[in-house]
Amino acid sequence: MTRQTLLWTLLALLSHWRRHKANLATVILGLGIATALWSGVQALNAQARRSYDDAAAIFSGENASMLVASRGGLFPQELFVKLRRAGANVSPALEGSIRIDDHQLRLVGVEPLTLPRSAPMAHMRERENIADFFSGPGRAFVAPETLRRLGLAPGARPLTERGRQLPPLAALEEAPPGAIVVDIGVAQRLLGREGKLSRLVVADDAPIDPARLAQITGDALRLVGPQEDNELARLTGSFHLNLTAFGFLAFLVGFFIVHAAFGLAFEQRLPLLRTLRALGVSARALIVAMLIELVFFTLIAGGAGVFGGYLMARALLPNMAASLEGLYGAHIPESLALDASWLLSGLVMASAGALLAAGSGLSKTLRLPVLSVARPIAWREAHHRYLRRQGIFASLALLGAGAAFFLGESLAASFAVIAGALIGAALLLPLALAGALTLGERLSRRPLARWFFADGRQELPGLSLALMALLMALAANIGVGGMVEGFRLTFTGWLDERLAAEIYYEATSPADAREIEDWARAQTDIAAVLPVWRARTRLDGWPVEVIGMTPHETYTAHFPLIEATPDVWRALFEEDAVLISEQLARRLGLALGAALDIPTSGENFRAHIVGIFPDYGNPRGQLRIAHQRLAAKFADASGVHYSLRVAPEATARVMEEMQRRFGAKIARILDQAEIKKLSTDIFERTFAVTAALNTLTLIVSGIALFASLLTLADMRRARVAPVWALGATRSRLATLELARVMMFAAGAALLALPLGLFMSWRLVAGVNVAAFGWRLPFHMFPAQWGEVFIIALGAAFLAALLPTARLARAAPSELLKVFSNER
Amino acid sequence: MNARAALALLALLCGGTLAQSASEPGFGGLVGAEAPGFALPKPGTPLVFPKDHGAHPDFRIEWWYLTANLKGADGEEYGVQWTLFRYALEPNAARIGWDDRNIWMGHAAATSMASHRFAQKIARGGVGQAGVEAAPFRAFIDDWAFETRDEAPGAGLKRLHIRARGANFSYALDLDADGPLALQGENGFSRKSDEGQASYYYSQPFFRVEGALSLDGRETKVSGRAWMDREWSSQPLGPDQKGWDWFSLHLASGEKLMLYRMRAAKGPLFLFGNWIAPDGSSAPLGRNDISIEPLETTPAAAGREPPTRWRLKVESRGFDVKTRPLNPRSWMGTDTPYWEGPIRIDGSHEGEGYLEMTGY
Repeated sequence: MTRQTLLWTLLALLSHWRRHKANLATVILGLGIATALWSGVQALNAQARRSYDDAAAIFSGENASMLVASRGGLFPQELFVKLRRAGANVSPALEGSIRIDDHQLRLVGVEPLTLPRSAPMAHMRERENIADFFSGPGRAFVAPETLRRLGLAPGARPLTERGRQLPPLAALEEAPPGAIVVDIGVAQRLLGREGKLSRLVVADDAPIDPARLAQITGDALRLVGPQEDNELARLTGSFHLNLTAFGFLAFLVGFFIVHAAFGLAFEQRLPLLRTLRALGVSARALIVAMLIELVFFTLIAGGAGVFGGYLMARALLPNMAASLEGLYGAHIPESLALDASWLLSGLVMASAGALLAAGSGLSKTLRLPVLSVARPIAWREAHHRYLRRQGIFASLALLGAGAAFFLGESLAASFAVIAGALIGAALLLPLALAGALTLGERLSRRPLARWFFADGRQELPGLSLALMALLMALAANIGVGGMVEGFRLTFTGWLDERLAAEIYYEATSPADAREIEDWARAQTDIAAVLPVWRARTRLDGWPVEVIGMTPHETYTAHFPLIEATPDVWRALFEEDAVLISEQLARRLGLALGAALDIPTSGENFRAHIVGIFPDYGNPRGQLRIAHQRLAAKFADASGVHYSLRVAPEATARVMEEMQRRFGAKIARILDQAEIKKLSTDIFERTFAVTAALNTLTLIVSGIALFASLLTLADMRRARVAPVWALGATRSRLATLELARVMMFAAGAALLALPLGLFMSWRLVAGVNVAAFGWRLPFHMFPAQWGEVFIIALGAAFLAALLPTARLARAAPSELLKVFSNER
Repeated sequence: MNARAALALLALLCGGTLAQSASEPGFGGLVGAEAPGFALPKPGTPLVFPKDHGAHPDFRIEWWYLTANLKGADGEEYGVQWTLFRYALEPNAARIGWDDRNIWMGHAAATSMASHRFAQKIARGGVGQAGVEAAPFRAFIDDWAFETRDEAPGAGLKRLHIRARGANFSYALDLDADGPLALQGENGFSRKSDEGQASYYYSQPFFRVEGALSLDGRETKVSGRAWMDREWSSQPLGPDQKGWDWFSLHLASGEKLMLYRMRAAKGPLFLFGNWIAPDGSSAPLGRNDISIEPLETTPAAAGREPPTRWRLKVESRGFDVKTRPLNPRSWMGTDTPYWEGPIRIDGSHEGEGYLEMTGY
């Protein structure tokens, strides 16, 4: 193979695309869109993950381990001193959260002199005068991004919600997004946790072995590895898996387009390939030329796709950041960082996709018999073989889905079930349509009708991939849409029950809280003052909130429960009893009546479970115990959270009065409507990304259909021309073409309905449970199905409009050409 | 004399700017700069014990410092260094908890003919990670300690224990004082420049040492002699002073000799010394009486070339010796690097001691 042969072969091959611009557009568009959706999702995930890592890596390099309180919560600073005096190289840290205006921020106290050198924050030693960090007024380091978001200038000294003043703010690149890094002593003061620490960072060059740790501190501290510690990454893992799954679905749809486009191109180029082979070009040279062509496409379309993915991610990032912040308190910088890894992953996916899509064409080229006569649309004659193969693959996919269903309840298994069902159903679609066409042909008498159905079968393979993509997009729309709608319904109802009190407030300090409480109890407007103190603990390594409850009809009449013992409220207030959230119950495998050991600030508190309540949207576990027990068992209970029962018409007046009377003693006060709005906002934004991906997928499948029809149009002319010659008018034929495409789309939509419902059910009963720990009631939304059906027909109509219009207006001379040349 | 610890701390605290300033003349000015709000040493102030064994929060910098020349059961010679240094970021630095504004730094080293190992520790004051108590005497940073073995009141610094560990070395030594404390300079008031920089300064050069040393995995029993220095000030260096060469010597006669030479960026050297009799009485040596001249240098890290052989003279005492290091590579690669190691002297007098050189 000389270089010249290769060059000419390549040029000959490329000439095809010049003559079939629609085909070219399909390949580029399909590959570009698939890459864009995939790399966009990857960019979003990468951005979020990086910021979790940044957040976790404040203290430590990649491999540092930490010491935390064995029973969760904070531990006394003396343990740090004890360990240092025993020669252990540990550095103290205290984390908490503070609010500045409306921004919730993570406060991180570090001790710069002992911080291991591998810690990113340790770099401030090189750049800043660290003595300034802990002497004089000190310094509060924030990422420049966070400073912008707060709308504050360096040097500003904002107040926290407790009315305590921060040291002057200073921008530092290494500071994790959404966090304020201050000296350990400053953090203790700002959080009101004097003498307390939340963790010790162990220098990675001086590890501590557990036996020695026990010798020094008894069982007070527990060693955690670097991976185990990244709480944010753990909490948000399922969120990102969901996103990845949708990204992959979108990629799959794009891939179908490319596959269809390459299939058509191969078929159209068969005569050319044969001619080239007959001229003496070796199969190997042909393959090499085609591979070069493929690389070319990958670079152009993949590159454009990665860029498109970047734009998409940038557009979706604010929503994702907001929902991650609302749900998990994770702070994601809203300016998207370019990252070589997802750029590369996009290109790799593009090349893998292109190679796979072109694979069958390439392998056929290798096996091409040189001397066989040029037979256009040869592979469509193997129609039955094609349908049989589809059937086999469909059965395999469905079998796989079935196997995954019985295999387990993990998130991966749930996705596997959905993926298998989607692919299986998509592969079945051409079979189902072919069956319907055969049936139609048998049932019809008139020749034109019979031709309509018979020719439909001929058209099917060329359109099947686009139709499969449409089916998947429609099913995903029904499935995800149903799940989201169902969630919305459940969530709103649940919020109504859960938020029975009219006013919610948080005092600045426990002393202020007592003052406000005394005042409130004396008001006639206020029917009840309900302390909702909270504490934190850890069960099985999982962060868990403990919230106190008071005997009141606010709870006994309204608080939603999934399951409860008959005398749940009496037991809760009179015995050592606990209500646990659904997530916690699932995670720890607990049921009603089981006993639970809850780590408190003192001895473990053993309580039996009397109720399980839904706690949608909460990534943490939650426990509810009687207020008295919370106050007695948890020395560090907040003591500042309250809700008030007030006559609805008096709500505004009471709130105004409280704000006027107590001013800064109230850190935050909200009425029921505001809280509901906050919660639903978080909810809406959480699914904004999913909805956007869904819509994009649908648009892509519409484009696929359009592109396939456009590509097919030329070949269709060869089929239509004889019918025209036999007397059918062009407009009649065009109408029939349009009707056929719409019929196909309707078929896809019909099959999409059960598939979508199945997907919705698996999302609700499988994915959500595995990912978030809650199970929603399964709802069906017929109005939504109608919508999807109309979307399908609309998409088909739009896609078919241009090719059929062109047919309707085709000059008779054009149609006659079919008979005058080789076609 | 050990003000280099101050420089090391400054290096640490001022971050990257330090490396530059250390190579420029006048970095001593940072330590010697005006210290508003801090107390300054005044001549004629009597030192009070045991109070002065403890920390002096009114002053900016302060150190507890020990060097030992040891002989191992394996026949090898060894040297050991232990320093605890306090630096106050603000006047009245001693406060409760993390509000304390003292920074503590420890340096420790062990040296043999073939090896020199060192370590550094830094800690904040106020929480119990590092500190000094006057009586019973106790100086500590993390697991390093320099403390009394005798809890009785009035025990002072007579019977002490000292220990430290770092990568590839550790030691634990018992110290017993054979003589009284020696006040340096004018009854403990020690001038450091013609511009008036000064410190309070006393020593205990009469320690007998017994203990164990482990170096590069080899453990051995050791015994020998040690010298302790105590010094506190708020501005120990003149603005133009660039570094110094400091000698502490145990003479075979039982006498002790301290000599030092301050190098200025320009202008004359500032020389000073003290001849300490076996009974602890000390006689200051004037600058014209002393000669301290380098003879030979040894390359150290980063292109530095500290002199490692010296000729020392004290005319009034007929003292004329040459020094040679046990290990010419006794380089302390700490945040602010310097040379510190055991030496021997030969000539008119025989003996051993320690040499410290900064600013090279």
